Amino acid sequence: MVKLDSKIPSGPLAEKWTNHKFNIKLVNPANKRKYDIIVVGTGLAGASAAATLGELGYNVSAFTFHDSPRRAHSIAAQGGINAAKNYQNDGDSVYRLFYDTIKGGDFRAREANVYRLAEVSNNIIDQCVAQGVPFAREYGGLLDNRSFGGAQVSRTFYARGQTGQQLLLGAYSALNRQIAKGKVKMYNRKEMVDLVVVDGKAAGIVTRDLVSGEIETYSAHAVILATGGYANVFFLSTNAMNCNVTAGWRAHKKGAFFANPCYTQIHPTCLPVHGEHQSKLTLMSESLRNDGRVWVSKLKGDMRNPGDIPENERDYYLERKYPSFGNLSPRDISSRSAKEAVDDERGVKGQEAVYLDFEDAINRLGKKAIEEKYGNLFEMYETITGENPYQVPMKIYPAPHYTMGGLWVDYNLMSNLPGLFVLGEANFSDHGANRLGASALMQGLADGYFVIPYTIGNYLASDKPEKHAANSAPFKEAANQIKDFTANLLSIQGKHTVDEIHKKLGRVMWNQVGMARNAEGLKAAIKEIKELKELFWNDVKVVGKAEELNQNLERAGRVADYLELGELMALDALERNESCGGHFREEYQTPEGEALRDDENYTHVAAWQFDKAGAWTRHKEELTFENVELSTRSYK
Amino acid sequence: MAEKMINLKLKVWRQNGPKAVGAFEDHDVSVSADSSFLEMLDELNDSLERNGKDPVVFESDCREGICGTCGLVINGQPHGPIPKIATCQLHMRHFTEGQTIWIEPFRAKAFPVLKDLAVDRSAFDTIMHAGGYVSVNTGGVPDANAIAIPKDVAAEAFDAAACIGCGACVAACKNASAMLFVSAKVSQFAVLPQGQPERYTRVQKMVKVMDELGFGSCTNTYACEAECPKGISVKNIARMNKDYIKAKVKTEKIELEA
Repeated sequence: MVKLDSKIPSGPLAEKWTNHKFNIKLVNPANKRKYDIIVVGTGLAGASAAATLGELGYNVSAFTFHDSPRRAHSIAAQGGINAAKNYQNDGDSVYRLFYDTIKGGDFRAREANVYRLAEVSNNIIDQCVAQGVPFAREYGGLLDNRSFGGAQVSRTFYARGQTGQQLLLGAYSALNRQIAKGKVKMYNRKEMVDLVVVDGKAAGIVTRDLVSGEIETYSAHAVILATGGYANVFFLSTNAMNCNVTAGWRAHKKGAFFANPCYTQIHPTCLPVHGEHQSKLTLMSESLRNDGRVWVSKLKGDMRNPGDIPENERDYYLERKYPSFGNLSPRDISSRSAKEAVDDERGVKGQEAVYLDFEDAINRLGKKAIEEKYGNLFEMYETITGENPYQVPMKIYPAPHYTMGGLWVDYNLMSNLPGLFVLGEANFSDHGANRLGASALMQGLADGYFVIPYTIGNYLASDKPEKHAANSAPFKEAANQIKDFTANLLSIQGKHTVDEIHKKLGRVMWNQVGMARNAEGLKAAIKEIKELKELFWNDVKVVGKAEELNQNLERAGRVADYLELGELMALDALERNESCGGHFREEYQTPEGEALRDDENYTHVAAWQFDKAGAWTRHKEELTFENVELSTRSYK
Repeated sequence: MAEKMINLKLKVWRQNGPKAVGAFEDHDVSVSADSSFLEMLDELNDSLERNGKDPVVFESDCREGICGTCGLVINGQPHGPIPKIATCQLHMRHFTEGQTIWIEPFRAKAFPVLKDLAVDRSAFDTIMHAGGYVSVNTGGVPDANAIAIPKDVAAEAFDAAACIGCGACVAACKNASAMLFVSAKVSQFAVLPQGQPERYTRVQKMVKVMDELGFGSCTNTYACEAECPKGISVKNIARMNKDYIKAKVKTEKIELEA
C-alpha cells in the first residue's frame, strides 16, 4: 500500500508554518524567471496564485475555459470571508478560527493545514483592502463584520451580498497587472482536457480551444490546478453551468489520488426546485440566517398560508433543537433538519421547502435596516420567485453547493504526483467533512496568495524538474488520446441527449448519495450509475463537429467524467461506515438523529487511486489530533 | 403544482462565425412561465440536439446575474425588457401568450460575433490590463484598518465596483461606447484612498486603450445606464471625464508606457 506522506512540519502547531517557511528551499530571485508554471483556473485560488507567482518573477501561463478570468464561479459567492482579526473584540483569535473550522469539519481535516489557514486569514483581508476591495465599513470608517454559521463571534468581512465578486475582481486586477507586465500569459477559452505526466512528474497539460476546437499542448516545470469543485455531478446545484470536474478528474486518471469524494456540502438556504426544466439552483446567502428564522408548521400536511399559521403552531426547529446556535447552526445540520421536517410531511404546503421568515427582524429593526443589510438578496428572491419576502416568508430548501473532497494534497498543496499542485475547492485539504460559511473564499485566497508562492519554490529548488518540449512524444500521445476521445463521442449518434443523461445521473446522486445515505441505496446507486455510463457510451447523441465552437461536445466530455466520479462518490460513501459532517449514513446516528462518528476506524482521509475504469484502490492517511480533543460536535 | 405554460414565436439570430452572414431563424416554443429565459433556450437546444441539429450557441454561467457571461438583446433591449437584471434573471412570466421574441447577440465593432449569440468581449480585459488595478504586490501591505474609509465613500466605490463586465452598456449605445464600463473601474479607484497614487495616470492609460480598440464616443444619451443590469450610474462617466481633463492639465507629459 502506498504511504501517503502529508509532510506536516514538526514542532508546536502555532510554529509549524513559520518554521516550515524558514526550512524550505527558496529559488533565488534571478532564477525564478527560468521556471515556467502553468495555472489552470482563474477563480480566487488560481488568479491569486498566478498573479503572486508572476510578481515573484516566475513565468506563468494561466488558463481558463471562460471568455475572461473574471467570470470564474468564485464571483458568485455572496456572504463573506472569515478572518481572525478580532476587530469586534468578541474573543476571536487564530486559535478560535482554527478550532471552529476543525470542529465545523467534524474532525476530519488536518490540524496543521487548518491552523495555517486561520493564521494567514488576516493577511488576506489586509491584501484585499490594499487592492481597493470595497468591503463594508462602519460609520467610523473601520471595517464591519457579520456572523456566519458555526461561529459565535463576528469575523466575517463582506461587501454587501457580493463579496466573492469583489474579492475575485481584486485578484483579477492583480492578475491583469501581471498580464500587462508580461509575467503572466493569459489563455482564455481554453479548457484543460488532460494532464501530461513524464517520468512520474506533472509536465504539462492538453487543452481544447473552445472556439476553434483545436487540441493543443503546453509544458512547464510545474502545473497548478485551481479548477473548483464538482457539485454539478448532481446536475442541479448552486454551481455555475460550466463548473466541472474535468481537469481534476483527468489528472486523477493520470495518477493523482482523489480524496474524500463523498464529502459534499448541501447548502441549507437555496431556492426550492420549481420544475422539470430547471437548469440550476440559486443560493440565498447564509448571512440571511443572522436575522431570518427558519420554521415549518407543527402539523403534518398543513396547507394553510404562512400568515394563517399562528405562532404556537409553528416549529422553529433549529431554535428548538440547537438553542445556542439556533438559526446559525452549521450547514450540514441545518440542511438535514430541513430534510427531516419535509420527510415528516411538514414542508411548506406539502412541498420540498421550509420557511425563512424575516417578520420578527423587520418588526425589531425596521424594514430599512433589513433592506440595507440584505436588499440585493431580497430583490434577487423576488426576481426569481415573483414573491415579496418583506411581506411573505421566503421558501428555501437545501441544494448541493460545495465539495469538500478533491484531489489529495500534502501540506505543500502538492498532489501525490510531483509537480502537480492543487488549490482551492479543487483540493480536499482544509474543510474536513463540512465547510463553514465564509471559509471557501478564505481558503482560495490563502492557497493562492500566501501558501503556494512559498511551497512551489521548495519543489522547484529541491526537485529541479526539467521542462519537456510541448511537442515531445508524451505530449503528442496525450493529445492524440483526446482527439480519439472526442471522435468517439461524436461517432455514437444515439438517441439520448447529454443533458438527459446528466439529469438522470443527478437524480441518482441526489436521492441516494445526497443528504442521507445508506448501504443499500449506495449499492443500488453504483449499479445505476454504471448503467447510465453504459447508456452514455452506447446511445448518447452529440451533434456538430470537433473543430468548431461546440457547446454540446463540451458538455458531453464533462458528463462523461461525472459518470465516473459519481460512482467513486458512492463507493467512498459506502466504504465510510460512519456519519460525519456532510456525509450522513442513516445506519450511523445517535438516538436524537445526530451524526455518529466512528473515530476508532475512520479518523482518516480516504485517498482513491484510479486503477482502471470502474476500479480504484483506497489508501488511508491517518489524521492525528495533537491539539484538539475529538468530541461529539454539539451546537445545542 | 401544475405549471402554467405559454406559447411563443422566437426569431433567433444564427451566424456560423465572425465573418459569416447571419440571419434570423424561426422557432415555436411552449414553455413554463416559471422558467427563466435561458432555460427556455436550453429546452429549444435540447429539442434541436434530439433532431440532430446544431443547437443555438449562447453563453451563460452563474445564472444568478453576477458573472456577466450571459447577454442577449431581447426585442431590441440588452438583457430584455425588465430593468436592472441580466438575461439569466429574466423569467418567462414577463412574456405574454403568442408573443414574438427577437433574440440577437450584443452588437458592436469591438465585440465580434463568435457564433450565433456568443460574442468576443476580450476588449474589456485589454482595457483592464492598461490600468484597472492598484499597483500593490502580495504581502507587505498595512493592516486593513490602518486606513479609515468613510462609510459613504466605501459605498460609492462599491456602487462603481458592482459592474459585472457584461457589455450591455456597449450594446445599448448607438456609438458602441465603453465609457460606462471604463468609468466604473476608474471611479472605484478614484474615490478610494488606495487608488490615489495612480489616479491620473490610470485614467489616461485606460481611455487610450479604450479608444484604440474601436469603441465609440459618448454622446450622453444615457442608454448605457438604462440597460445596465447593475444600475451603474452615468455620474461615473462625468467623474472620469473630469479626472481625464485634470490629468491633462496637471502635468504636461505623463509617461503612458507601461
